[in-house]
Amino acid sequence: MSTHRYLLKGAALPDGSKADVLIAHGCIEKIDLNLIDAHATLIDVTGSVLLPGLVDLHTHLREPGREDAETVLSGSRSGAKGGFTALSAMANTSPVADNAGVVEQVFRLGQEAGLLDVFPIGAVTQGLKGQALSEIGAMADSIARVRVFSDDGNCVFDPLVMRRALEYIKKFDGVIAQHAQEPRLTVGSQMNEGSVSSILGLKGWPAIAEEAIIARDVLLTDHVKSRLHICHVTTAGGVEIIRWAKARGINVTAEVTPHHLLLTDELARSYDPIFKVNPPLRSEKDVMALREALAEGVIDIVATDHAPHSLESKECEWQEASFGMLGLETALSIVQKTMVDTRLIGWAQVADRLSTAPARIAGYQGQGRNLQIGAKANLTVINPSATWVVDKDLVASNSRNTPFHGYELPGVVTHTFFNGIATLCDGLLHSNGEIA
Amino acid sequence: MRHLLSIADLSKAQALSILDTATELARVSDGAVKKLPTLRGKTIVNLFAEDSTRTRISFEAAAKRLSADVINFSSKGSSASKGESLKDTALTLQAMGADAVVIRHGASGAPARLASSEWMHGSVINAGDGTHEHPSQALLDAFTIRKHLSKGAPDLAGLRVAIVGDVLHSRVARSNVLLLNLLGASVVIVAPPTLLPVGIESWPVSVSYDFDAAIGAVDVVMMLRVQQERMNDLFYPNAREYSRYFGLTSQRLKLMNAPAIIMHPGPMNRGLEIAAEVADSARSVIVEQVANGVSVRMAILYVLLAGQSLKEGGS
Repeated sequence: MSTHRYLLKGAALPDGSKADVLIAHGCIEKIDLNLIDAHATLIDVTGSVLLPGLVDLHTHLREPGREDAETVLSGSRSGAKGGFTALSAMANTSPVADNAGVVEQVFRLGQEAGLLDVFPIGAVTQGLKGQALSEIGAMADSIARVRVFSDDGNCVFDPLVMRRALEYIKKFDGVIAQHAQEPRLTVGSQMNEGSVSSILGLKGWPAIAEEAIIARDVLLTDHVKSRLHICHVTTAGGVEIIRWAKARGINVTAEVTPHHLLLTDELARSYDPIFKVNPPLRSEKDVMALREALAEGVIDIVATDHAPHSLESKECEWQEASFGMLGLETALSIVQKTMVDTRLIGWAQVADRLSTAPARIAGYQGQGRNLQIGAKANLTVINPSATWVVDKDLVASNSRNTPFHGYELPGVVTHTFFNGIATLCDGLLHSNGEIA
Repeated sequence: MRHLLSIADLSKAQALSILDTATELARVSDGAVKKLPTLRGKTIVNLFAEDSTRTRISFEAAAKRLSADVINFSSKGSSASKGESLKDTALTLQAMGADAVVIRHGASGAPARLASSEWMHGSVINAGDGTHEHPSQALLDAFTIRKHLSKGAPDLAGLRVAIVGDVLHSRVARSNVLLLNLLGASVVIVAPPTLLPVGIESWPVSVSYDFDAAIGAVDVVMMLRVQQERMNDLFYPNAREYSRYFGLTSQRLKLMNAPAIIMHPGPMNRGLEIAAEVADSARSVIVEQVANGVSVRMAILYVLLAGQSLKEGGS
């Protein structure tokens, strides 16, 4: 265990109460008023909010295969900078994470980076092709202990394949994270189908393509009594179906990305592919429905869908460009801007939506714990009254494709603690937890 | 005005100034010496990343009549077909000192990307981008309509135009809807529901699925080219059925108003969207559109590169 000791003075806990927190031996050792500790590094966090370390259920780390865009290490640094203590590495690497070998490699790279937990997600089907099941059991029993399975980037489209996958994962208490996209309705699609796409002449991506799969899969999940997670919900209609499914007692959870809580398809008018993402940015009405659903808990969590891309895959025509945008370093600020500053939720719910709930859905040990004595010290400190300006040239990611370049955002993540060690201190990344 | 990317970027005054300049320049084209020295020393690049003979030669003729140096850069046999990025092509053109780039591209928004990037500094003229816009075509169409039907008015106020066919994939339709609306004309879109974009409710047009009902109420029938291969994408059952409902046949010609004109941006599919005898009829101004195209493109180059309009009695 770590010998690092930190005393956080004057923290506001998610419930609004004030306390000092002593971190020692990797855990929260004390929570009380007016703590004193002669051996601890003193950190004044007056005015800041202390949250359980953020847990991302949807991250693209690109390693193995596209290390120019991101590596497990650079993604871990990006995560720590954004306040994350756990990431979930999506399976669409090259080679695909559809076997124990690849998930163990990614898991080990995460441990070597040592800045946060990297939990690999396993592919549902071999090569993400949607035809034959991948080695789900081997991945579940590997040292990576995979519990979340997803073909993200591709939809598990064949209803029989989806049914079998939902059934098979029950043996491992797993969950299928579905990328809901009806492929026939989205051939060559470029952006949300609506008035903006009609003017821009970019091929439309109808909301129904997402909603039809969500509807099918909640029904399948009900039928086989399994567990389903819907990745990146973007439409008001999708929210309605999930609300209905939950009311019916179907075991479904859902996520929304920070960018879908803020940005709309109006941004495509620039033809700048920095705003090209899968699923696409939708309308203002959808954005408002997503915020409301997250506040209500119909949508359970925020997940980043952090998708790094090399410069050349965005410096081109819209239709040639890759889908995806960075998310880790701006996620908490976007949530503050769209959900907290708008008074839709408080910090206790932020802790739930970005830490407790995702850790529960994925079954991540040692993550997403409430702030209590004895819990592993996975913690995030955010100063909600400070602001910062996003600069794509200052990100910790290997890539630069943030859609928020130049945005002034509220909420500065100042400190991140992973298993009791500071990985981010006063906004600076620390690889070894030492504070200069 | 530095670029011409979309009709949406034009004010009514700017659009009219291009049309007025074209009227003046048309006189040059009719004269014995067809050349003006206005753009001497300027380099204009025709960057055609998609097949289009007629638009390219129209811009080429326009540039040459204004004494500009013209470089044709087509994707066939050039680096674009070898996979060079738009960025590298633009950097190359910048290095060559292009004052303007006339770009035809299969990707919607490619001209906008060139114009907003730091890759090159010349003017960008959209000569058709994907299924987005084709502003010079709309301007030459408006020029043609004005010449025939405006009765001396500067704009197209009160005129009624039907745009018929594959609006979903048509850049000509998008630019025309914007410009006709800007100039005061009213537009009815006639098409099968499969070839209308979702979101058309936000356009300043009315929509009809019934060509017979619409045709008698308009002054201009503007036919769009139908791609034969769209049949495979289930947009309509077969060519005969398309033609029966949405083709401009000899029978439909009889339903048109007395002074109404027929337009087509070309190239035509004779026998599919327009019957051969209709295309060649007295009401057809299709060949004249081509001639007007040169004058209007001269006007566009003139306004963008010489930085002024050419009004009657002006410079």
